[in-house]
Amino acid sequence: MAEKKVMLGNEAIARGAWEAGVKVSSAYPGTPSTEISENIVKYKEIYAEWAPNEKVAMEVACGASISGVRAMASMKHVGVNVAADPLYSISYIGAGGGLVIVAADDPGLYSSQNEQDSRAVARAAKVPVLEPSDSSEAKEFTKFAFELSEKYDTPVMIRTTTRLAHSQGLVELGERQDLPDRPYEKNISKNVMMPGNAKGRHLHVEAREKKLIEDSCGFDINKAVYNDKMIGVITSGIPYQYVKEVLPDASVLKLGLVNPLPRKLIEEFASKVETLYIVEELDPIIEEQVKSWGIKAIGKEIFTVQGEYSANMLRKAILKQNLDIEEPAAAPGRPPILCPGCPHRATFHVLSKLKLHAAGDIGCYTLGAVAPLNVVETTICMGSSISSLHGMEKARGREYVKDWVAVIGDSTFMHTGINSLVNMVYNQATGTVIIVDNSTTGMTGHQDHAATGKTLKGDHTYAINIPELCKSIGVPNVCVVNPFDIKELEKTIKTEVAKDELSVIISKAPCALLDKTPAKFKYKIDTDKCKKCGLCLKPGCPCITKGENDTPGINPDMCNGCGLCAGICNNDAIKKVEV
Amino acid sequence: METKNIMIVGVGGQGTLLTSRILGGIILANGYDIKLSEVHGMAQRGGSVVTFVRYGDNVAEPIVEEGQADILIAFERLEALRYAHFLKKDGVMVVNDQRIDPMPVVIGNAKYPENIIEDLEKKYKVIRVDAMDEARKIGNTRTFNVVVLGVVASHMDFEKDQWLTVIENTVPPKTVELNKKAFLAGFCLD
Repeated sequence: MAEKKVMLGNEAIARGAWEAGVKVSSAYPGTPSTEISENIVKYKEIYAEWAPNEKVAMEVACGASISGVRAMASMKHVGVNVAADPLYSISYIGAGGGLVIVAADDPGLYSSQNEQDSRAVARAAKVPVLEPSDSSEAKEFTKFAFELSEKYDTPVMIRTTTRLAHSQGLVELGERQDLPDRPYEKNISKNVMMPGNAKGRHLHVEAREKKLIEDSCGFDINKAVYNDKMIGVITSGIPYQYVKEVLPDASVLKLGLVNPLPRKLIEEFASKVETLYIVEELDPIIEEQVKSWGIKAIGKEIFTVQGEYSANMLRKAILKQNLDIEEPAAAPGRPPILCPGCPHRATFHVLSKLKLHAAGDIGCYTLGAVAPLNVVETTICMGSSISSLHGMEKARGREYVKDWVAVIGDSTFMHTGINSLVNMVYNQATGTVIIVDNSTTGMTGHQDHAATGKTLKGDHTYAINIPELCKSIGVPNVCVVNPFDIKELEKTIKTEVAKDELSVIISKAPCALLDKTPAKFKYKIDTDKCKKCGLCLKPGCPCITKGENDTPGINPDMCNGCGLCAGICNNDAIKKVEV
Repeated sequence: METKNIMIVGVGGQGTLLTSRILGGIILANGYDIKLSEVHGMAQRGGSVVTFVRYGDNVAEPIVEEGQADILIAFERLEALRYAHFLKKDGVMVVNDQRIDPMPVVIGNAKYPENIIEDLEKKYKVIRVDAMDEARKIGNTRTFNVVVLGVVASHMDFEKDQWLTVIENTVPPKTVELNKKAFLAGFCLD
């Protein structure tokens, strides 16, 4: 009997890629896709890397595919936007070796800035999409994706969601396919996208889609199971599990290929059932197409386009059940916060003290928008802090941006911040950019990047020097400060913001979670000296709370000894204690 | 067997993932179908986190919903209160008697509820554990989550030695002895 293992959806995708004989994988970390690369790197037969962004990752995979090997790029849903440029054109070029893109959507917004549906992008780019519904399918569909890619000369997208990516389930392990590299064939009319060639390839794309619409009616992964025909459900992905739970006796058409849709199969299913429901999370991608064919169905009239689905949600919406569920107790919320000892807190504390506004970016430091810091006032997408600050200056003038700074992390700066900084230099900006450099990609769980000196494989490599990089593109003022030296940081920010020149301040201290050894010291409040002024509570450190008689206290189990509180106390009332 | 539902709730960073992996290991070792659902990303930064574990002959849905949990493991009091309504009427709640103030409480915008455990005891079967204290006795407060798991294990049907083997295979080699000690401290508490 084959070995079975409990695997995360993402781990199963990595396993599927390995079994499919993949040789190259490139990605930029992004929840909920990160663990695909973290698992794929464990297979020595696969070259796996972190790319600076998703566009680069996608193009690396494209090149590997053109050269004749199976290749994969994985990213979160918003990463697909960054990779959209190569995606739309590689759809025309098609595949040499199988080419698969994993797009991880985030219904419920567990860790994202929007709730977009990657199937819409794939539809627009005319790329086939597979959607697995558990870890076992995640592995099998990944293997099938590579077969499809080569057979139909197309990139194939695997669409996952947070619930699939971060759920574990049983997976039956298989062997790796030992595939010979396909010979590279010089084919300029296929591989060079200029107008004359693209016209021809566009015809290929249309013919491919037409053929897939017909062929996919016979794919095993599109399965109609007929039971009670009073209720029929068309569904795919994780919602299929909720349908199974709630309507075990209904007829179900489970789609594995969600773009393009197997039209004849759907028409046949619809004609055999009395009431047809379409259950899909996020946008009505399947529903709108099915309805456009004149089929009567119930979808977003009763289901939401927001958030995750659940079995209880279907019980209420389809079965109209009144569920005997207790109301949740009234409990204060617990939003995410910067960790104890986080260097970003020190930077934000100073910005808050100086009453500066921050154009923010994507990373842990987006949490600078949360009370009591309330410093980050805008966050759009990766790299946008720098370019939006520039936009403000051009709109409102130099004096206006003296009240503002851009705040961006080191990994995000390497991702797309560099381009924006080049624009500031080129177009004579005078704003101040703070790169909060904690030497890692923090929010996604500590991945390396081009400025950390280590590859995904763990090899040592050249660490791009961020200050030198800024100087070399022509930033006139570049300084590096340790944020825990708050007096120095305050002085530097004041000086740089006041200048009529572009400045980059690199606020550099490692992420508090990188060093896993227990803290050597902690801090304690000397209640005799404490004047209860409340200053130490201002940076919002979760270790410091007000106790009896308003005297603050430091939780010794949480304190990691960063010393920020001691540094801002005016009464010398916070003391270092050895552990 | 009917599907069993377990929920682990706590504060991001408390180690819910390790606990669910050990649970997953023992369930798999006993030949059940299993689904686990975790939270990664932003919520792990000090937010409220939930892990679902479901096992039985054939598990479809990966999440546990309101009123369905057989066991609710809470690493913190306020989180026990927040998710109490997920517990079945005859379910059991194991609560680590620890208070971690969420930011709205730290900055004075909300009050941390008083007498959480006493109030929960009026409605549910609650097992209270001072796991931090036990972990401190062992010499490493970070193992408190495995202490809690030990308490939970003493109310489940799997063998003690099997738990210890799973721990051996799950935690980093250097921490095996420490984690076994923590587990046994919880397992033998009562």
